[in-house]
Amino acid sequence: MKRVYAREEYCVGCKLCEIYCIAAHSKYKNDLVKTFKKEAKPPISRILVEESRPVSFALQCRHCEDAPCTKACIVGAMHKDPETGIVTNAEDRCVGCWTCVLVCPFGAITRDERGHKVASKCDLCSDNGQIPACVEHCPNRALVYSEYESNNGKK
Amino acid sequence: MSINYLTPAFLIERDKDRCIDCQVCVRQCANEAHRWDEEEQRVFSEDANCVNCHRCVVMCPTRALHIKKFPLEFRNNANWTQDAMRAIYLQAETGGVLLTGMGNDRPYPIYWDHMLLNASQVTNPSIDPLREPMELKTYLGRKPDFLKIKKGKLLEDIPPQLELDVPIMFSAMSFGSISLNAHKSLAAAAKKVGTYWNTGEGGLHKDLVEHGSHTIVQVASGRFGVDADYLKTAAAIEIKIGQGAKPGIGGHLPGEKVGEEVSQTRMIPLGTDAISPAPHHDIYSIEDLRQLIYSLKEATEYQKPVIVKIAAVHNVAAIASGIVRAGADVVAIDGFRGGTGAAPLRTRDSVGIPIEFALAAVDTRLREEGIRNQVSLVVGGSIRNSSDIVKAIALGADAVYIATSALISMGCHMCQKCYTGKCNWGIATQDPQLTKRLNPEIGAERAANLLKAWAHEIEEMLGGMGINALESLRGNRLMLRGIGLTDRELNILGIKAAGE
Repeated sequence: MKRVYAREEYCVGCKLCEIYCIAAHSKYKNDLVKTFKKEAKPPISRILVEESRPVSFALQCRHCEDAPCTKACIVGAMHKDPETGIVTNAEDRCVGCWTCVLVCPFGAITRDERGHKVASKCDLCSDNGQIPACVEHCPNRALVYSEYESNNGKK
Repeated sequence: MSINYLTPAFLIERDKDRCIDCQVCVRQCANEAHRWDEEEQRVFSEDANCVNCHRCVVMCPTRALHIKKFPLEFRNNANWTQDAMRAIYLQAETGGVLLTGMGNDRPYPIYWDHMLLNASQVTNPSIDPLREPMELKTYLGRKPDFLKIKKGKLLEDIPPQLELDVPIMFSAMSFGSISLNAHKSLAAAAKKVGTYWNTGEGGLHKDLVEHGSHTIVQVASGRFGVDADYLKTAAAIEIKIGQGAKPGIGGHLPGEKVGEEVSQTRMIPLGTDAISPAPHHDIYSIEDLRQLIYSLKEATEYQKPVIVKIAAVHNVAAIASGIVRAGADVVAIDGFRGGTGAAPLRTRDSVGIPIEFALAAVDTRLREEGIRNQVSLVVGGSIRNSSDIVKAIALGADAVYIATSALISMGCHMCQKCYTGKCNWGIATQDPQLTKRLNPEIGAERAANLLKAWAHEIEEMLGGMGINALESLRGNRLMLRGIGLTDRELNILGIKAAGE
């Protein structure tokens, strides 16, 4: 399946990926000004830029083949789509027990406690049916959306 | 010092209706012109730190930023301008030489803009380059006085030539003055388009050896990174005598820019200043230059053309004639608008002559002396667009060198602060936090696009003149007419006035 891969050698640490991720998951879809100005509590970014200057890279859910979060979920909210391979959390069923947060080997799931407590994670912008917002708006091609790892060709 | 007499040069305007306090500007400004206030939970700007490089403006996702000239007015004075006064405030504080980057920005006449090109009407047909073949192929190097041919075959070998698919090459910028990613971008772009890039005087990084067939290596007064492999890897060797931005002056790469990679590539100790003397201390005459040219030819078994690069100065025609006689295969002339990573401001703005005059004078002189065929002429020093190139070729150039326009294609916004090492576009810096901002894939694409676009435009202009090969335009000054020039200027350029 297609995943988002980070190329840390070109990540400039601007965090535009986080900003566009927030907007992509806001009720004012993709409208940055309204997302940040009108939403009482804007969504949490599902992509996180890890930084220890000069190294930085953006991390999000790896949509593991054998996703531990789907097995750990106590209510079956976290599931992997058998066709697309995308791991998503059914937020209406999620009870915010954070078991998925605990088992995620990448630390790619965060707690969203703005309202009803839910686990927040990358959905590869599956609603949009296009390339993820973070990849689309990366100014330096430090994020690529592809079948294979860009650097060493591994799956 | 309690107060600073220098007021800010620029004003950062933040549209509060658009700013979402995302801090992209804070993270992108190496000059710390934006800062996040934790207590206020919003972004503030420090105007005094802004150099107007536009990095924040371009990166701002909501277009909330504008940079303006600082609105503070001085009392009107045509003589004591703001620039003149600010320079004095700065020097009174530092006691130092004023430094700057990029080319001469003073309002001297730009002679390209005083020359007009011809086009065909009725009596000779123009050519549509989209439907008919158009030749831009250019060979640089010494051409024999005549060809000896027997049974349809050349009896003597043609001296080594550089083959260019477009008459444009990237001129010398050293690794040290610009980043490795900038070098990678230029090298890949040159290869893609079928032309050459130039290492400058800082040696060839090991990662770029694979691009050797499209590389011109430079031998300058500091001799950084020069060894037998360096010479043999390249397509041609350039001896740098002078640079348009700072004729008569050497170079100084401060030790803080000499990191591991620069140190290895330049073959100097880590963290030491890299000083290029003003002259080559083994070249005090044309005869000495000849010795170096032939040493380099000997070292490369006469397989590679040797270029000699000089700055355009008052006696450029006589100097060029000497260089040809010393055995150079190509003479590169850099006009007074040529760029630099660092130069004393007063030298940059007051020394040298326009490339248009230098080119016309050199081409005329070499023709008069009957030695024009012995050398190719390459000119640089602010070639801004394709029509500048067409005019340069018509004036007598074989090809042009571009550097500033290549950097602009990769993101440079001409803030002229290259010498600070804080280039926010990742070009004129060695700071690892900044150099990764230039992704060489993107840089190479953009630089190659520029060359391709210009090549298309050159073909269009040639076609309009009814010419189907660049070779037929070379030195064809009848295709040029001067506008707004004095008789003396027309005379030096060797062109007629518009209407004649």
